[in-house]
Amino acid sequence: MELISLGIRSVFIDNMIFAYFLGMCSFLAVSKKVSTALGLGAAVVFVLSVTTPVNWLLNEFVLKEGALTWIGADMASIDLSFLRFIMFIAIIAAMVQLVEMVVEKFAPALYGQLGIFLPLIAVNCAILGGSLFMAQRDYTFAESAVYGFGSGTGFLLAIVALAAIREKLKYSAVPNGLKGLGITMLLTGLMGIAFMSFMGIDL
Amino acid sequence: MSTETAKAIEKKPAEALFSKRRKKLVTDPLVDDNPITIQVLGICSALAVTTQMKPTLVMAISVIFVIAMSNFVISVMRNTIPGRVRIIVQLAVVATLVTLVSEVLKAFAYDMYKELSVFIGLIITNCIVMGRLEAFALGNKPYDSVLDGLGSAMGYSWIILTVAFFRELWGSGSVFGIPVFETISGWIGPDFKLATNGLMVSPVGAFIILGLIVWVQRTKTGYVEH
Repeated sequence: MELISLGIRSVFIDNMIFAYFLGMCSFLAVSKKVSTALGLGAAVVFVLSVTTPVNWLLNEFVLKEGALTWIGADMASIDLSFLRFIMFIAIIAAMVQLVEMVVEKFAPALYGQLGIFLPLIAVNCAILGGSLFMAQRDYTFAESAVYGFGSGTGFLLAIVALAAIREKLKYSAVPNGLKGLGITMLLTGLMGIAFMSFMGIDL
Repeated sequence: MSTETAKAIEKKPAEALFSKRRKKLVTDPLVDDNPITIQVLGICSALAVTTQMKPTLVMAISVIFVIAMSNFVISVMRNTIPGRVRIIVQLAVVATLVTLVSEVLKAFAYDMYKELSVFIGLIITNCIVMGRLEAFALGNKPYDSVLDGLGSAMGYSWIILTVAFFRELWGSGSVFGIPVFETISGWIGPDFKLATNGLMVSPVGAFIILGLIVWVQRTKTGYVEH
């Protein structure tokens, strides 16, 4: 039950875009068409659900203070958490590469759709942000898996919704200075207000 | 971006330390080629810290340090990095610099470290850093790269500081923690009270203020996105 609550919370309330501004670059750049937005969103869900649990394992058994106790009792005092950034980003880059290779081998159709987005994702803030939040909030393994999937879904929802609005926006007369980034930021703000209405929900 | 790379290929044996071209490297990204409002880069991690001026200033200084230093390091190594693994090398350099910043903050400004939490780490994935490394540092000399990094980082900094100024002023009624609204209310009379706007403190305020800044800035520079 708690896991479901966490999942709902990470999709709607702690939304990557509207609450933490994570993944804004690709959110703004790839939201011009619904089909491409859907592709990027799916790739983000996929990579976040894989990297967050993997980074949890890394954090739990290598990086945390006292995490190396499983090697021997004298390793208990070692704290490698300062290596967190570099290890997390290395894992993410490696996982993205691996996922790309696996998808290309076993699901060529999916690769055709996600292929171009996968390399983009290694430097998407939402992916690293997911891992860092997971480490900061001391999630358990199951929680981190749910959190990764949930926040990815939140991103997918946001980017597809924005792309749908922007497709319609093409037919409206926006002032010159506001075209592109300006109107998109205002729109995101309005969508953020809509998402704020989920804030009171407590499961 | 490609014009910058092409420009730097022509060799000049003795160029003044602050020649016209080099000044342009620093001043261009401030207004005409601003990384946030024109190039649409690096919006990711920055907006989250802009509820107050103080953490924003720390964030801006950290970003300036990381961009200038990573541009320098990559530019020094540019002829030895194989093209196929350059992204990993860049990520490693940037991650190391960010770890440095984070450890310094942890040691000397622990409160600030707590407040910025994961957002310091997210400088690694700030698109401006990777963007400048790819577009400039890989093809230019170290000194020029540092100037270019400084320019981009400062163009970024003034935007997020402006956003933070308005969010803190309207959201909390203060600037750098100094109460402004209370003082003004005090001048006018005991019954007068300037109200703060809660929306500015929430993430929505950041989107709307940035949208308006972009509008003003693009109207001034005449840049139109198609």
